[in-house]
Amino acid sequence: MTFAELWSKHDFGERAACIAAKTANDVRRALRRGRGELSLDDLAALLSPAAVPFLEEMAALSQQRTVERFGRTMQLYAPLYLSNICGNICTYCGFSADNRIARIVLDDEQILAEADALTAMGLQHVLLLTGESPRVGADYLAHALRVLRPRFASLSCEVQPLSVDDYVRLASEGMNAVMVYQETYDPQTYPRHHLRGPKSDMKYRLETPDRLGEAGIKKMGLGALYGLSDWRAEAWFVGLHVRYLENRFWRSRLSISFPRLRPHEGGDQQALKSFDERDLVQAMCAFRLLSQEVELSLSTRESARFRNHAFRLGFTAMSAGSRTNPGGYSSKPESLEQFAVDDSRSPAEVAQFLRSQGYEPVWKDWDLTYDGQAPAPAAVTAPAC
Amino acid sequence: MNTPLVIGGVELGSRLFLGTGKFGSPSLMRKSLAASGTQLVTVALRRVRTDGATDDILSHLEPERYRLLPNTSGVRDRREAILAAELAREALHTNWLKLEIHPDPKYLMPDPIETLAATEELARRGFVVLPYVHADPVLCRQLAEAGAAAVMPLGAPIGSNRGLSSRAFLEIILAQRQVPVVIDAGLGAPSHAAEAMEMGADAVLVNTAIATAVDPVRMANAFAQAVEAGRQGYQAGLPAQETVAHASSPLTAFLTERPA
Repeated sequence: MTFAELWSKHDFGERAACIAAKTANDVRRALRRGRGELSLDDLAALLSPAAVPFLEEMAALSQQRTVERFGRTMQLYAPLYLSNICGNICTYCGFSADNRIARIVLDDEQILAEADALTAMGLQHVLLLTGESPRVGADYLAHALRVLRPRFASLSCEVQPLSVDDYVRLASEGMNAVMVYQETYDPQTYPRHHLRGPKSDMKYRLETPDRLGEAGIKKMGLGALYGLSDWRAEAWFVGLHVRYLENRFWRSRLSISFPRLRPHEGGDQQALKSFDERDLVQAMCAFRLLSQEVELSLSTRESARFRNHAFRLGFTAMSAGSRTNPGGYSSKPESLEQFAVDDSRSPAEVAQFLRSQGYEPVWKDWDLTYDGQAPAPAAVTAPAC
Repeated sequence: MNTPLVIGGVELGSRLFLGTGKFGSPSLMRKSLAASGTQLVTVALRRVRTDGATDDILSHLEPERYRLLPNTSGVRDRREAILAAELAREALHTNWLKLEIHPDPKYLMPDPIETLAATEELARRGFVVLPYVHADPVLCRQLAEAGAAAVMPLGAPIGSNRGLSSRAFLEIILAQRQVPVVIDAGLGAPSHAAEAMEMGADAVLVNTAIATAVDPVRMANAFAQAVEAGRQGYQAGLPAQETVAHASSPLTAFLTERPA
């Protein structure tokens, strides 16, 4: 059974109603369960309005279980936007095809300039992003990976959904993770926000993580774009997706992000559903209690104040110093950004803050060797044994 | 008599090995290592800069004090493990390797088939291989025959702090050991380490319980004392634990007693 088939057995509205009906006793029962023992019904309780009075308890448990698993460490990474060309019309995105903005696809020289700027900031984990277009398909990405591979320890992608064969090919070029956010699991809402282009095919997007698993991609990133529909039900469906992938593709690591709608060029701000900071913390803690090992990512979309407080509650990775427009690190912005960054501190400033809180910023937690690549290493200043 | 531990021809004064992950800062790691008295520390290759840049972890390890044991945490099969091992040997100037192959990112269970195959190949290539494995007595024998310098069976799942959940199997592994046995993973309290050493383990490896303690330095010291106490207890010869009670009035005494 594919995930789309499993998803189709669950009605979004009924799930939202079921979550809304959870009681304090349901929440207490979920909180009493041991590590790895929570069910999706427990997740529903933790995502419910009934769990709001238990938020402090959830945060304490989430923090404790995160430290047990990951220690007092935080991975730092940055996005690298390669292009803003996109054939989709999506109501919430700055790259939407109907926005009259300058379009750009970075060439080798520009990519290397961005890479230089990122490495100068100390970054070793980089997430490559593009819009959705044949011009930035598998051929372009394979080339970009080849250009960037010697510069970074980890290269991941957040790009248009691809075929199994394309994913296998990109993995062989050094890509170790793919983020593909469903945006919304609500079949009523999805077509209202994805008006034209390949992204309007909801089922193809729903089955993308299945293709990633079949291709043996080592890490998959999931998430909903909070603000499009009922966030509690959206988060529950992300949990359903996590459980499905854990069982079927048990070799792949999973990460979850919590993008929420932010101001952008051409966006309709009136259509947003509420998903405030408290909701984000509740969702994040619920996922940590569902899964001690899932990686949880905290974006620069959030404010410095929020990130400074929330990072220790269960997150394992933070973006830092992000520019969301192609070429944004190395040149004056010539193209508009995909979304507004709130925390504009440099990676060094974020790292310094983490250290001041007793957390170790981790710049490198992967090696291209693990992707089957065998770069000739330079000898490091290491103890002689 | 306190005989030294010898692995791969190298004598190690401390039977407590430490991991370097999960610490809140490099200085806390450095102080904890010092407090533990360890001489062998494992470092995840994926955390180490292999491109010549200054490294966050290595620059805090004193080379005259600690022997490095690079580990392959994160690899999923023998091919990736061998690539990682070669990179570690070249970049870190050591042929010692803690071989970790866990294709399952949830429970981090070691893959016995891939581990055995990689051990054979790495030993052939001249590595001092210490494979992390399940507490599987047959597998440990096979690994020793394949050239492992020591075996590292788990006490419990990594990071679980559950202690010696695999005790019954560890007892068999220790009873038939052909190479040193280092009990790794799951030791969540100094008492767990003491128990492992009392059983006759040659050494233990600890990371999570120390790195995530409220006071890692004090916890490192506590583990050092527990390992030492457990080792001394083992060498002193623990009294046998009786499984049958000795009745103060023997039940069969009437057979030899004269009727009153």
